[in-house]
Amino acid sequence: MSALLEARDVVMRFGGVAAVDGVRIAVEQGELRGLIGPNGAGKSTLFKCLTGQLRPTAGRILLRGKDITGLPSFAVARLGVGIKTQVPSLFDGLSVQEGLMIALRRQHGERAARGLAGAALERLGIADLADRTVGLLAHGQRQLVELAMVVAPEPDLILLDEPTAGMSLEETRRAAEVIRDLNRRHTIVVVEHDMQFIRSIARTVTVLHQGRVLVEDEVSRVLSDPRVRDVYLGRQVAA
Amino acid sequence: MSRRNAIEIVTAALLAAVVALVLPRVAELFVLINATVFVSMAILALSLALIWGFGGILCFGQTAFFGLGGYAYAVTALNLGESTYAVPIALAVPALAALALGYFMFYGRISDVYIGAITLTVSLILFNFANSTAGDQWHIGEAPLGGFNGIPSTPQLNIPGDPDATLSPQAIFVVAVICLASCYILSKLVLASRFGRIVVAIRENEARAELLGYDARRYKLGIFTVGGLIGGLAGILFANCVFVSPTMFSLFYSGQVIIWVMVGGVGTLFGPIVGAMLLQGLTTWAGTLPGINPNAILGVILMLAVLLMPTGLLPGATAVLGRLRRGIAP
Repeated sequence: MSALLEARDVVMRFGGVAAVDGVRIAVEQGELRGLIGPNGAGKSTLFKCLTGQLRPTAGRILLRGKDITGLPSFAVARLGVGIKTQVPSLFDGLSVQEGLMIALRRQHGERAARGLAGAALERLGIADLADRTVGLLAHGQRQLVELAMVVAPEPDLILLDEPTAGMSLEETRRAAEVIRDLNRRHTIVVVEHDMQFIRSIARTVTVLHQGRVLVEDEVSRVLSDPRVRDVYLGRQVAA
Repeated sequence: MSRRNAIEIVTAALLAAVVALVLPRVAELFVLINATVFVSMAILALSLALIWGFGGILCFGQTAFFGLGGYAYAVTALNLGESTYAVPIALAVPALAALALGYFMFYGRISDVYIGAITLTVSLILFNFANSTAGDQWHIGEAPLGGFNGIPSTPQLNIPGDPDATLSPQAIFVVAVICLASCYILSKLVLASRFGRIVVAIRENEARAELLGYDARRYKLGIFTVGGLIGGLAGILFANCVFVSPTMFSLFYSGQVIIWVMVGGVGTLFGPIVGAMLLQGLTTWAGTLPGINPNAILGVILMLAVLLMPTGLLPGATAVLGRLRRGIAP
């Protein structure tokens, strides 16, 4: 059986710099995959390639075996991919409820959308924010609102770029719970540099370093791998 | 549709009915023709209010569609000898022009200030072109284009299918008011629809809308085309109370319509309608004062509005009223 999401030898070059340099990963249905690496490892660039925000210089990206390389992000989203960006990307002038409705209207009628919006807010524990204006919320709340918008349409695959950036400890703990819970129904790929957070949610982890895959293994083995510790400490490692 | 929307639509319809019934009975002919010009300007302001305030598209050349509507109407009506088919054709021409221009802008992923520059340039090209059509060799069928003088022989609307039943200025005023009310209601309905809500979401955050699976280009093109259509209708009505000339495309009007919308309130529909009428009235009045340039007054008003009521007349007034009410309430 082919993987749900696959990157085959993806390269993304900016001028002379290869931010992503031949990455090969395969994420199976139902997985909760962590994608980690120190700053500048190419995580976010790879994320943008996977979500259609960047067109890779070379290589292919497949979703359920179908080539989606170079598709614009709206077309990738339509194939059942929920995408959360690093900096919360929200409809600041609208209410939380209306934002959720926008997320749902593409596939659902008005009444069904209202029900699903309520359910998604409930699931993330932010039902009390429904009538608030998004632009006036605190950062951690914004992260949860964006997460709610991403999961509300029930995508098969959810891609999260640093979902806990800027969250308090308590919010991070809550986000970890939420992501573990979401994994019961969705395949999830989480890009993170916070190793503790990854330890609390992921089973399999791919470590990127200088645009390449350094290790890919079960989370506890990866975290005790001396090479991984070295790249996080900035030591030179042969990938 | 929300209850508030329904109330606003009914109010607009009632207000229009009262104005259309009362004003032609009490106003002199000159006042009435001037009022028709104001109404056509209000429709032009509404078209920009829709695409700028809700679509987030700052079109600096909304007069391109205004002028195209006017010219298409005059040329077709002169050729056909009556207005029955001239009106639909004159609506189609600016709408198609907006569709074509919008296609290149939005599918070319042009945004922000470049849209302003391109649309302004298009309207100025049309202005220059219309200006340089003096002489007998410039005509479309029976209709001479007339260069700087335009087409003074622009025919009046007639009852559809009856070329002899030309509408009186009173009747044209009523038609204009009905058009304004219809465009307002149409805009309200568009914004309350699924399409309109997504247009607003794209204004708020285009990248997020795309990540949710919406092709922003299509929605922007859609609202821009509706704006072109409404701008064209304004041009048809203007042609019926003045006549068409290159000034319809001019920088003077394209600048003014932006000021009307800004002063009235970007992000509202009613504000720009009020803004257009108020400022038109004011500049017309200032024009009668000796030794005063009405444009200077317009400029001062714009500066004051931006400084004192940055959100515009209507949102500003609503905020003040809200504060007063809270102050009075125990």
